[in-house]
Amino acid sequence: MTRVVPARPMNRVLPARLMNRTLPCVVGAVLIALPFVYHAPYPLHLMIVVLIWSFAYTSWSVMGRFGLVSLGHGGFMGVGAYGTALLWNYFHLTPWLGVPASMAVAVVLALIVGYPCSRFRITGHYFALVTLALSAIVLQVATASRDITGGSLGYTPERVQGVAGVLAFQFSDKMTWYFVALGVWAVGLLIRWRVDHSMMAYALEAIAEDEDAAGAAGVNVTAEKLKVTALSAAMTAFAGAMYCQYQMFISPDTVSGISVSLQMVFAAVVGGIYVLPGPTVGAIITILLAEGLRIFFGTGALGWDNLVYGTLLVVFIIFLPQGLVGAAWNKLTGGRQAA
Amino acid sequence: MLEVSGLIKRFGGFPAVSNVSFRVGQGEILGLIGPNGSGKSTIFNLLSGTLTPTAGSIRFLGHEIGGLPPYRIINQGIGRTFQIPRPFKRLTIFENVALAGYYGQGQPSRSKAFEAAERALSMVGLPTDRRSEIGGLGAAGLKKLELAKALATQPKLLLADESLGGLDETEMDQAADMLRRIRAELGITIIWVEHIMGVLMRVVDRVMVLDHGELIAEGLPTDVVGDPRVIEVYLGSDAGAVQAAAAERQ
Repeated sequence: MTRVVPARPMNRVLPARLMNRTLPCVVGAVLIALPFVYHAPYPLHLMIVVLIWSFAYTSWSVMGRFGLVSLGHGGFMGVGAYGTALLWNYFHLTPWLGVPASMAVAVVLALIVGYPCSRFRITGHYFALVTLALSAIVLQVATASRDITGGSLGYTPERVQGVAGVLAFQFSDKMTWYFVALGVWAVGLLIRWRVDHSMMAYALEAIAEDEDAAGAAGVNVTAEKLKVTALSAAMTAFAGAMYCQYQMFISPDTVSGISVSLQMVFAAVVGGIYVLPGPTVGAIITILLAEGLRIFFGTGALGWDNLVYGTLLVVFIIFLPQGLVGAAWNKLTGGRQAA
Repeated sequence: MLEVSGLIKRFGGFPAVSNVSFRVGQGEILGLIGPNGSGKSTIFNLLSGTLTPTAGSIRFLGHEIGGLPPYRIINQGIGRTFQIPRPFKRLTIFENVALAGYYGQGQPSRSKAFEAAERALSMVGLPTDRRSEIGGLGAAGLKKLELAKALATQPKLLLADESLGGLDETEMDQAADMLRRIRAELGITIIWVEHIMGVLMRVVDRVMVLDHGELIAEGLPTDVVGDPRVIEVYLGSDAGAVQAAAAERQ
């Protein structure tokens, strides 16, 4: 018995040690030091938003990379955001408890959708379509329950000041938020790394290829799928809660619905779903794109980002399915696809 | 070890398996033969949990296993290979087998699963390193991989489904020897479904013949090949060769 470290393809390539040990340390150090050197409000705000969305996209990719392409994650994000805010405003339940509660609701929803999908072998395109309904339902509920959620006008958690802010998970200081978001993002990457390097990853790869053969190898196909789905949904709900607490304003369109789901798929695919930093790079690109359009074209370009996303998604799926980071990785390591 | 009684499987109105009963003793190699569509693979799918029986009972080591999901049947000690090899192409050879070693044994420690994988791979004669890819395997190699996956689950009973299809003479003999060694060295009981009857007859202790979902003959290979009903089923095709093989065995 040599090393008991599982060999995912990413680890087998030559500069693996450099890429897996040194690079994360350097990047981490730079990110921690950055706000002390440079903390203009707008760039800092952008960084926080990028980190939160990176976490959301990474959460999606935890299951998405195994061929479980969900378009329901906008729904989970919405549940996390609205759940936390509603529990706070109506029941004065601190987000420290409200967030886990909302995550639990998202997990229950994920299981309600995931279990029948697994039992009746709904996979691939059909899985995407079934989950799409979940996004649409959460969006509809948030929009239609106007008296409770404020409908399409959006919703704001009640603000508190000072020390009580800690209890309310509200921080007025952007520096604080930066480090919260950085921590959340890092934990997200860690979770995905752990999943990718677990025996469960083998099982999910096997399931993606051939469910019967996976079953014959002893894999409880339904259990493995539901585990990763629940994990991914819980993480995404957490991302929604973070977004809500940071922005202090949510609307059905920004945290739920099909466009948010599509945005997750787009960002993850563009960055590369098989590589750990892929969804993060995807977040940087999508957010800079959205901000760029907003700055240069103003409100006239409202919704253009979705048009550009859609077009780029098609282009990427056809010509660069491994994504930008995946392609760069292959170049660096001599063509071995990190999948 | 295995006791099947009154096993029935219907697809719609079509009886794929009608009232089949048999027993398999500890340490036996049982051959299961029959023409295409006679229900051999259906029986395997019922035994391994891929299909649920319409009626009847399957008892393994004293427990009823009919209708249990595949992973639970594997954890009780029944491993299977598929007629057409079904490797996981995105995983390496080692990962394929390690996966079976881990989940097939009810998720023990990773090191235990890896050890089982290494043992299974060296048993069938495949490389035990971590990097070898599926792509380099030919038909014989894929069959070996299929067998290694089944062995890594540490079965007490192995269901080997037409494991020699697509192999040449030498490879066939090697594969037949392999099944003998698996029983001799690992003490695994085997049910072997096979089209190529010559090889099968040389290895098995006992043979069952299926036709149209019914058991039409059962017994020692030498006796079964003389059975008029078996000759009728295989008339003109394999009968001569089978008799020759059975005679050679004596």
